[in-house]
Amino acid sequence: MADQVVNDFSVTIATVNGSGSQTANVTLLRALFKMGIPVSGKNLFPSNIQGLPTWYTIRLSKNGHLARRDEHEIVVALNPASFGRDLAAVLPGGAFFYADDIQQSVERTDIAVYPMPVKALARAADVSANLRDYIANMVYVGVLAQMLGIDLGAIQQALDFHFKGKEAPVKSNLGVVQAARDWAAENLKKSDPYMCEPMNATDGYIMSDGNTAAALGAIYGGVQFAAWYPITPASSLAESLNVYLPQLRKTANDKQTYAVLQAEDELSAIGMAVGAGWAGLRAMTSTSGPGVSLMTEYAGLAYQAEVPIVVWDVQRTGPSTGLPTRTAQGDLTQVYFLGHGDSQQVMLLPASVQECFEFGWRAFDLAERLQAPVFVMSDLDLGMNQWMTRPFEYPGQPMDRGKVLWEKDLEELNGVWARYKDLDGDGIPYRTVAGNRHPAAAYFTRGTGHDEHAQYSEDPATWEANLARMKKKYGTARTLVPKPVIDTLQGAEIGILSFGSNDPAVEEARILLNQAGGPQSDYLRLRALPCTQEVSEFIKSHARVYIVENNRDGQLRQILSAAIPDQAPRLRSACHADGLPLTAEWVRDAILAQEED
Amino acid sequence: MTTPVNPAQVNRAGLGRADYRGQPSTLCQGCGHNSIANQVVNVAYELGIVPENIMKFSGIGCSSKSPAYFLNRSFGFNGLHGRMASLATGALFADTSVHALGVSGDGDTASIGMGGFKHLIRRNAPMTYIVENNGVYGLTKGQFSATAEVGLNLKHQGTNQYMPVDICMEALAASATFVARSFAGDPKQLKELLKAALSHNGIAVLDVISPCVTFNNQENAFHSYSWSKDHSAPLHEISFIPKLAEIRLEEEFEEGTVKEVTMHDGSVILIKKLEKEYDPTSRANAFQMIEEATANNWLVTGLIYINSEKPTLTDLYHLPETALNRLGESDLRPARTTLERINALMF
Repeated sequence: MADQVVNDFSVTIATVNGSGSQTANVTLLRALFKMGIPVSGKNLFPSNIQGLPTWYTIRLSKNGHLARRDEHEIVVALNPASFGRDLAAVLPGGAFFYADDIQQSVERTDIAVYPMPVKALARAADVSANLRDYIANMVYVGVLAQMLGIDLGAIQQALDFHFKGKEAPVKSNLGVVQAARDWAAENLKKSDPYMCEPMNATDGYIMSDGNTAAALGAIYGGVQFAAWYPITPASSLAESLNVYLPQLRKTANDKQTYAVLQAEDELSAIGMAVGAGWAGLRAMTSTSGPGVSLMTEYAGLAYQAEVPIVVWDVQRTGPSTGLPTRTAQGDLTQVYFLGHGDSQQVMLLPASVQECFEFGWRAFDLAERLQAPVFVMSDLDLGMNQWMTRPFEYPGQPMDRGKVLWEKDLEELNGVWARYKDLDGDGIPYRTVAGNRHPAAAYFTRGTGHDEHAQYSEDPATWEANLARMKKKYGTARTLVPKPVIDTLQGAEIGILSFGSNDPAVEEARILLNQAGGPQSDYLRLRALPCTQEVSEFIKSHARVYIVENNRDGQLRQILSAAIPDQAPRLRSACHADGLPLTAEWVRDAILAQEED
Repeated sequence: MTTPVNPAQVNRAGLGRADYRGQPSTLCQGCGHNSIANQVVNVAYELGIVPENIMKFSGIGCSSKSPAYFLNRSFGFNGLHGRMASLATGALFADTSVHALGVSGDGDTASIGMGGFKHLIRRNAPMTYIVENNGVYGLTKGQFSATAEVGLNLKHQGTNQYMPVDICMEALAASATFVARSFAGDPKQLKELLKAALSHNGIAVLDVISPCVTFNNQENAFHSYSWSKDHSAPLHEISFIPKLAEIRLEEEFEEGTVKEVTMHDGSVILIKKLEKEYDPTSRANAFQMIEEATANNWLVTGLIYINSEKPTLTDLYHLPETALNRLGESDLRPARTTLERINALMF
């Protein structure tokens, strides 16, 4: 047997959608995390409730690399339908665990092969018949625990968490895990090199998903109104609001300082948010690409009428219904220009679960300061998968409610003010909101042409002046949005510019590039659009900058080429979209291929 | 600014009629919508509504321009075509002491906005929803709307072949708690119905036949002045008594001829029977009445249905006394210690 490989391999579990395997998979992920081993989990699921193949990949990385890998050292096969390709997917020298009731031949001699009596052990479990199929998944948890050395105490902690401390399900699931572990100890002989050992590399981390983090961030950002319409992969964001708002945002006398409403469609979801934002509430909606399409007209109105709203776009693979359960970063150009006529939208690009929390509250400050829509561009990988992440950080600054005039402000102004007048030279006017009882407070909001006093106007000069002011406001946004994170290395020859959930793949690819004899790289992680001064400086200081993104057309490169046209020739695209998160190997190879050209 | 007024000419809010005015109308002369706008001014003045306690909404179209023509001192939002319902829904949560008054048209409501309209109703959003119904798209120059009757001929459109949408029927089917129909040419009835609608706690749908003098006022057209006048059949004679008025009802009306409907705020709608008995608190009656009216080609006007008991959309949320939009950071951002607990809750 080859030398042991400790805490540095991937386990892929092949199951049938709807069979309850998600509990077992997340239990394994959490147990490994509790053992102090850096882990990431990628759920590759079909657009189906029950019956189609599902894969869940857990990557253990003692070096802390959390990006998806294409290789599988260990495969656990429970799905007859995908059995052949699951078997073929195991790397030579790897291990293949399978349910022994699957009547298919296992003709590989270059890997370790372990049958598991899944049905027999499930039958022996002390649970009702209707739970038997679900609990059967715990068999592979137990077998893997034995064969890879996963701590039973950590598994129990994971089950406790999953079942919220309910004794009965924890006991019955753990019983199956133990039985399977005992069975494996007696009946299987280890013939593969892969092992887990406790570390302390997850100290100071928590585990969560981006949608939960986004909802919590919004709650700490004081969200007051959220309207939404169900869509994968964004639904769990609004559902998390419904879970945590009642816990965190009730007054002493049990009143709610928020309202969440499931709308009849995305047209209405954003319409409600615009109404609430206009009337002075911190308002948001959450959706994915197809929903954003439906929200386009209202996004244009919010831009033109200058109404603050926050829109979360948890991106999935398009165009059209596309691959609704797969990830992508394909909505960048759509959202950047969202709306007809000349419109420009502000976008935040979170790269981690912790950053989903941060942008959850920060987006409201920006939206109210700018009196404009702010789009937060998450994706399915970030939003729906469990990630180890730094704990959520309490907002480091007071809320910025922007330029709102209330009764006493208007009294001081003797009631003299103009809704769309640029008093401060930053392009941002002052606003009042419904409910302000000062007789001079009201104004008539419209998407049509208007002058500084919000009066209807078709005058060409007035129209153009207003549009110019809004452009100036967008310039102000440039100074307010989060700056990029830049990591430079001595002697770097190239720049890499990326964003969002690509971050782990890019970080790792920089190391792989070096190992492959490729160039040393500097890395700019973009956190917002419009881009700040630092972005053009970064591009200017590199002969070649690779823009790494998860879409077909290099959308960020298109945007940056248009935004900084004189630097466009330095930009090279490393883009790719197959529905999966980018891998470090792909990023390395995409850059190397162009470096060799 | 409050306009200085002669104390003799102020209402109980201390405001003069000028405080309720809007911008000059840019609609066609004789447009039914203008009379409706005038009635809104009259009603708000007569009821002594403080204009700041109203917010106005509309979609897109001739009708949707009209909120600019009344209540300058009320906030207004002229939104997107067919999307007034959602806009108002969100705004309603900001300050529940501000009443929403929406003006839409038949295109805006019965075609592009039908989905939002029905859902606004099923949620019983506290809002007065006026449909200025003329059977035609005016602002785009005379296309059929979904309320146009079968057989209607329009100059450049030919003959309408499709069944019309009945706004009141749709509202009833969606569980509206206040449904009324009126005619822009009957200011007296319109005024009383408007008063009642504005006092209703919940969604009040007011379908007002409002002739388009430019594109759809042919003598035999269903939405014309002449046809509406000739075929108008009021259900009853209606008067609205605001809560504050001290009127001894028994003294004014003969016993047995008048039905009282008490509203949520204590106001009373007095319904005086005309030819037939009609009970507007029965939804079944309402459906049947509309069916009959359609079959007989009558334009039946009046209060079709009312239910003052249902909770409104915002009643269903346990909102604080203070308006949500006046809450500050201390109300809205949970304490630092709670985040430690949340982090501990994550795995």
